[in-house]
Formats: sequence, structure tokens, C-alpha cells
Amino acid sequence: MSRYIIRRLLQLIPLLVGISILVFLLVHLSPGDPIRMLLGEDATADDVARLNEVYGFDQPLYVQYFRWLLNAVRGDLGVSIRQGIPVNTLIFERLGATLELALASVVIAIILGIPLGIIAAVKRGSIWDYLSMVIALIGVSTPGFWLGLILLSHVALKTDWLPMFGRDGSIFKGIWVLFTQFRFDELSKGIRYVLLPAFSIGTGMMAIITRLTRSSLLEVLGRDYIRTARAKGLSHQIVVLKHALRNALLPVITIIGIQFGAMLGGAVVTETVFAWPGVGRLIINAISQRDFPIIQGGVLMMAMIFTLVNLAVDLSYALVNPRIRYE
Amino acid sequence: MKQILKNKSALTGIILIGILIFVAIFAEKIAPKDPYEMDIWESYRPPEGLKGEYILGTDDMGRDVLSRILVGARISLLVAAVATGVSLFFGVTLGAVAGYVGGATDALIMRFMDLILAFPSILLAIAIVASIGPGVVNAMLAIAIVRIPAMVRVTRSMVLELKEEEFVMAGRALGLSHARILFRHILINCYAPILVVATLNMGTAITVEATLSFLGLGAQPPIISWGRMLALGREAIRSAPYMTLYPGLAIVFTVLGFNFLGDGLRDISDPQLRGR
Repeated sequence: MSRYIIRRLLQLIPLLVGISILVFLLVHLSPGDPIRMLLGEDATADDVARLNEVYGFDQPLYVQYFRWLLNAVRGDLGVSIRQGIPVNTLIFERLGATLELALASVVIAIILGIPLGIIAAVKRGSIWDYLSMVIALIGVSTPGFWLGLILLSHVALKTDWLPMFGRDGSIFKGIWVLFTQFRFDELSKGIRYVLLPAFSIGTGMMAIITRLTRSSLLEVLGRDYIRTARAKGLSHQIVVLKHALRNALLPVITIIGIQFGAMLGGAVVTETVFAWPGVGRLIINAISQRDFPIIQGGVLMMAMIFTLVNLAVDLSYALVNPRIRYE
Repeated sequence: MKQILKNKSALTGIILIGILIFVAIFAEKIAPKDPYEMDIWESYRPPEGLKGEYILGTDDMGRDVLSRILVGARISLLVAAVATGVSLFFGVTLGAVAGYVGGATDALIMRFMDLILAFPSILLAIAIVASIGPGVVNAMLAIAIVRIPAMVRVTRSMVLELKEEEFVMAGRALGLSHARILFRHILINCYAPILVVATLNMGTAITVEATLSFLGLGAQPPIISWGRMLALGREAIRSAPYMTLYPGLAIVFTVLGFNFLGDGLRDISDPQLRGR
């Protein structure tokens, strides 16, 4: 196992270098001079030149890249052109919010998706099966940000309990308060804010989980050991929930890991809809202001998290399934 | 074709997509109003139903929402079709070469695909368009790039499997060139899974296009796109929620059509999955 881990970590290095080059080029090859935009049309050539020097834009591209990479490795992602605040600070202030949102979406997807999949498989061919498959297909086909807009106008606006925009307190803190001070108010506040955005991101994943749970459970239910369990006279419920589900959920767990990254992508747009103070909204706002250091740092950070999550999924899967290690 | 018509899922997809293509072609003829005509006195009129003048209401400029949805089908389909076509062309070529040639070429192509896959795809599409500038063509390009890896992977795995088959050896024995064997004989035999991925890609492309336009990075006014309509609707979400409801339903309807068709085609091409 340790050899497999080392091999995977070594493979990570060229990928991370590739990511950094791509992110750097994406931003630096784009048309439009950020300094001109910052200073406005009336700026003198002298001013532009001076500021170009300050930001290092006068250097050749590869020098700029290595300088940026070296700083990035040391944890310095530059300073926001518009706000004058270190990009690092801006990102880390918001990273918790984005991760919380992605995590909450996954939880919602699991809570809804697995039971729906089980019902569909157990009642195969019935109206329930048909209904959950239609729900799943609609779930896959619905853009998360649009669902967010609909939830805003048709749910949040009509109830006092669910806020429309922003975030107040965090779920992580809420759980901490619940266990240390036995107060539920912090957690409930966090949940109220995260519920709608998380639901709009989570439905797509819910649909995938439902379909996979169903097909995986159907396959397992056809196996010999299930017949044996039934022949022993065990109840239907025990056979399905204890014997079959345990094996059927393995591929589902893998897909949950893989999809977590997609949740991060979904969060980028949905954060904008709900004014959720996360990294996604930071990036989108930076794009409209052409604040390059933020775009660069934000996209880089998201890609790194995405890659690390995928690595963690692969490693944990190799832990469960030894055949993968020797491939 | 007979199989497709027998498969309920595929048939539903074909019907939905058929309606959509019809709407896209004849949008101006069926639209009850001129979709570009502004009338500030008629702005924010709520939906009036089938008997009313503005069936699905009007937007902030008093333009007819229904007519704009009908015309908006064009850009969605166009962007999705071009983006999918481009990703199909490059994805199949790269995947076929990677699978057939193998070795360093394969490794290079696949590492490059890993790089694209290292980003959440919607984020990469946003970053690409933000970099090269907003607009329909750039959106197409960005969507095509993020959809290439899926195409490469499916083609490569099919080619890897098929190149060991006897008909390939027979082709070589006959003295056919590698290119001819690959593009004329192997690829012909793996069109089914590629078609499935391309169909599902169409649905994804429509969603990504809507997302980019929603963020102001896709189609620019005066081009009518569903994503932009949603962005306008968002501004008026308290007073005119119907402005976000209907364009979004059009997106769901369209994506649903491609997903139904893709699912159906998969069932047909993989009999093991049938009835699942």
C-alpha cells in the first residue's frame, strides 16, 4: 500500500505543475491590460510603466511564471489589484464557506439519493420505481443555479424561516457549540442559511446516487448469497438493508467521492445566486473586475483541492480494494 | 432505428429534441410577438395564460417572454451542437490515436486529458471564457475543450479493445495502412458508445452554455439566450419570478430530451443494461 501511495504522490507532481502553467497562461494570455483598466484611460504612459514594474508585468512571461510559482509554493498568491489585500487572505477567509456548502450538498444528496434508490430497486417495475427514476432524470437535467433561483423566488420569499442571501455563522461552529455548550441555536442558524444553496447544488448528485444505488442494489439482489439469506428465512427488510445494501453501496461511495469535486464546481455559480461568501463568488466577481491575481489564485486553489480530493478517493478505494494497488 | 423507436426512453428523447429543433427553425413564425420589440409601458406584465396577449408575461423592457424563449432555443442548440461537434472531432481523433499508437503518444495525450480533468469542468469553462473574452464563439470553444476528455476516454478504451481483434490483423495482412485500419475499420465499430457520450455531452453543453450566459460570459445582447434571460430574471426575482421560471424550464426540457435519448441509446447498445 505504501508503494502505491508513493507512486500516486509522485504522479501528482507533474499534474500540479501542469495545473499551475495552465492557470498562469489562462490569465496572462487574455486580452486587455489590467493596469490600463485600473488606472483608467487618462493615465500617463509613465504611470502605466511604473505600475507594470510594481506588479512585474514588464518581465518576460517565463520569468513572471517562475516568480509567481515560487511565491505560490511559499503560500504567497499575490495581492488583489482592486482591493490591495493579499489574495491568500481573501481566499482563506472564504474557503471554509465553500467547503461547508459543498459538504452540505453532498450530505443532502446522500440523505435523499440512497433511500430513493433503495425504494426504486426493491419495488422494481412499480410506480415508485418509475417515479424515482423520473425524479432522478429531472435532477440530472436541472441546472443547479436555476434551481437556486426557483428556490429563492418560490420558497425563501414565501417563508420567514429561510433567508434569501448570504451566510450567518457556520455549521462547523454550530456543531462545536452544540457539543460544548449544548445550544442548538448556532447550528440551526447555520443550517437555515446553507439549506437552499446546498439543495440546489446537491440535486444533480442526488440523481446520480439514486440511479447508481438502484442499479447496484438490483445486481446484488440477484446474487446467490442473497438467495441463501432468504432461504434461511430472514425477513425481506434484513436481507435488503443488512446483506445487500452493504455490498451495493461500494460503487456509490466511490461516485460520492468523485462527485465531491463537481460540487465545488457547482458551488462557483450557485454562490453567486445566493450571495454566499465563498471562493466561487470571489472568482466570479474578480472576473468582472479583471482582478487577475484573485482569478489566478482562486482557480489554482480550487483545482488543487479538486485534485487532492480525487487523490484521497483513489487512495481510500485502493485501501478497500487491493487489486487496484497492483495494477 | 427500429430498436430506437421501441425504446421508450430514446423515443421520448427524440420527441423532445424534435419539438425543440422545430421550434428553433420556425421560432419567428410561431412566436406570438416580435421577441426584440420593446415597450416600456408593458414591462413586467405577469403571465396572462393562453387567452391573454402575453402568454408568459413580459420582461423588464416589455418584451414578450414566450417569444424570447422560442427564439432562445436557437443559440442553445447551436452552441451545444457546435461545441459537441468540435469535442467529438478532436476527442475521437485523439482517443483513437492514443489507443492505437500507445506508448509515449498515448501517455502524452492522456496526461493532457488528466490536466483538463484536474479542474471542475464548469470552473475551467468559466476561466477559459474569462480569459479569451465573452461571446458565443468563445463559449463554444470553452465548452468543447472541457468536454473533450470524456470523448477521448471512451474512444481510447474502445480502440484498445478492438485493435486486438482478428479483423485488424486481417487488415494488416492485406497490407492496409495503419491510418486506414484505424479510421476506416476500427472506428466504424465503436460508434455506438461514442454516440451515447456525444448525446449526453449535448445536454451538458446546453447547461454549461446557460451557465456562462447567466454569468454574462456567453451570448451578449442583443442575442437572445436562456442563460441571459435568467440573469435578467434574477434582477427582478421578487417582483417577476416568472421571468426565471420559464426560461429555466426550457433548459430542463432540452437537457432532459438529450438525457432521455442518451440513456435510451446506451440501453440499446449495451443489452446487459436493458431493463435496468
